[in-house]
Amino acid sequence: MMITAGIDVGNKNTRALILKDREVISRSLVLSDFDHKKAALYSYELALSKAHMNKEDVNFIMATGAGQEEVTFANGRITEVGSAARGAVFLFSSTRTVIDVGAEESRAIKIDEKGKVLDFAINEKCAAGTGSFVESMSRALEITLEEMGALSLKGEKSVPMNAQCAVFAESEVVSLIHARIPVENIAKSIHEAMASRISSMVRRIGIQKEVLLIGGTAYNKGFIAAMEEDLELKLIVPADYPEFISAFGAALVAADKAGGK
Amino acid sequence: MPEAREFWRWKEYNWKTPDFDWKDATLITAGVDVGSVSSQAVIMCDGKLYAFSNMRTGSDSPNSALNAMKWALEGTGMTLTDIHCKVGTGYGRINVPFSDRAITEIACHARGANYMFGPTLRTIMDMGGQDCKAIRCDENGKVVSFLMNDKCAAGTGRGMEAFAELLGVSIEEVGELSLQVEEEPPPVSNTCVVFAKTEAAGLLRSGWSREKVLAAYCSAMAHRVASLLNRIGMKEDFAITGGIAKNVGVVSRLEKELGVKALKTNYDMQIAGALGASIFAKDLAEKAIRNK
Repeated sequence: MMITAGIDVGNKNTRALILKDREVISRSLVLSDFDHKKAALYSYELALSKAHMNKEDVNFIMATGAGQEEVTFANGRITEVGSAARGAVFLFSSTRTVIDVGAEESRAIKIDEKGKVLDFAINEKCAAGTGSFVESMSRALEITLEEMGALSLKGEKSVPMNAQCAVFAESEVVSLIHARIPVENIAKSIHEAMASRISSMVRRIGIQKEVLLIGGTAYNKGFIAAMEEDLELKLIVPADYPEFISAFGAALVAADKAGGK
Repeated sequence: MPEAREFWRWKEYNWKTPDFDWKDATLITAGVDVGSVSSQAVIMCDGKLYAFSNMRTGSDSPNSALNAMKWALEGTGMTLTDIHCKVGTGYGRINVPFSDRAITEIACHARGANYMFGPTLRTIMDMGGQDCKAIRCDENGKVVSFLMNDKCAAGTGRGMEAFAELLGVSIEEVGELSLQVEEEPPPVSNTCVVFAKTEAAGLLRSGWSREKVLAAYCSAMAHRVASLLNRIGMKEDFAITGGIAKNVGVVSRLEKELGVKALKTNYDMQIAGALGASIFAKDLAEKAIRNK
């Protein structure tokens, strides 16, 4: 029996996942907050207790994510790009392009059939192409992200958004509300604006089918629809836990390192 | 973090001149500048500054305009109907319910800065809550050209508020504190305002002191607007307006980078837009009288 763990410390959330012979036996998600060290340890302990395991039972721990350096108890580290690619190809073997949209970063990764990274592009500078964009827009609309996703599917006509910047777009959304544009149409436009930004990043590395969408934003139905329309293809979207793919990939690499086949 | 204090929140205030009584004036005009973060109202009597207010803009522009106006009027005995002409400006200018005219903030800023700093002023850097404008003007405060950063809010007042909040430093003290570093750190990478908190937290985690983090943000901000000024072509005299003009950490670094000193004034640098609007209101009122 081989037990391995993957810890993914993101800017917003930290995730831990425990594998037993490459099968998921538990996961945990906590807020990263200020102290990433604490968040990493806490999520790890939480996942262990869910799996009824002790630290001694674990053969190898891999850390990934923006705060991977803070996982002091890890045995190894892997970039977010590497862990996402590994997890993606293991779960969906036909994947050649991975789009990972997190809270404060988005990535497009081109991989081969073995999950080897061929090329990638990252946006970590501008909120307009990340999950925080839709989050702040939903705040401006005073509805939840889930509601906004569902509403946007009912939108019939989108309005062009002029603002590129997430901060300015918030003001623009407020003026759209004042102009009495139906909220469904505003929601649709918001997702389209975000999708167009992420698509152009994906196009930079070249799109190859199949295309997999992961990260917390993969829960957002409105965003998925907008991306599919923009890229003119059907995306693969994990049925559950799309935000755990990187932690899963890290735990798989941990299993490789631990030597079990 | 049990501290309930809100470090980003700057004090709102109003002011009234002790020098003269509005009842002696023949022409009373007002300007209201509804910005993205703050709103100001200015009242002038026969072209002289009489009273003003400076408040945070709420989510409702018409209300913010009215509140700023009410607060400027407070304690004066004057009411809205005593004012002969009112001009609205700023990002929310079309939502100033009581205004006779809306004029762009670029024109108002130049006009107001000309009044505050005098006719030798040629270049103005307005550093506000959400955007930055470099304005070139002539000796009458007429706009010659301008450049505006309206694509991206990185390095604006909003980001400074986020930094102040996370570091637990009151926004008024940021500038002074940022100067208390032995060595100037490299400017922070200037990522999106939305990520300002994450960025500051990352720097603190890597062992930077609060002062060093603030110094890096102030210098990033100065660097950003310096490039805007270089593009428009710097011509002296030079002045800075807007909320950031009160931040000595940004101002001194910008002066150093440009090799130019900014003019000083006893006027409140945040009221330039509203002041300009009320001067335009005076022009409008005088024109109306002449045409009668």
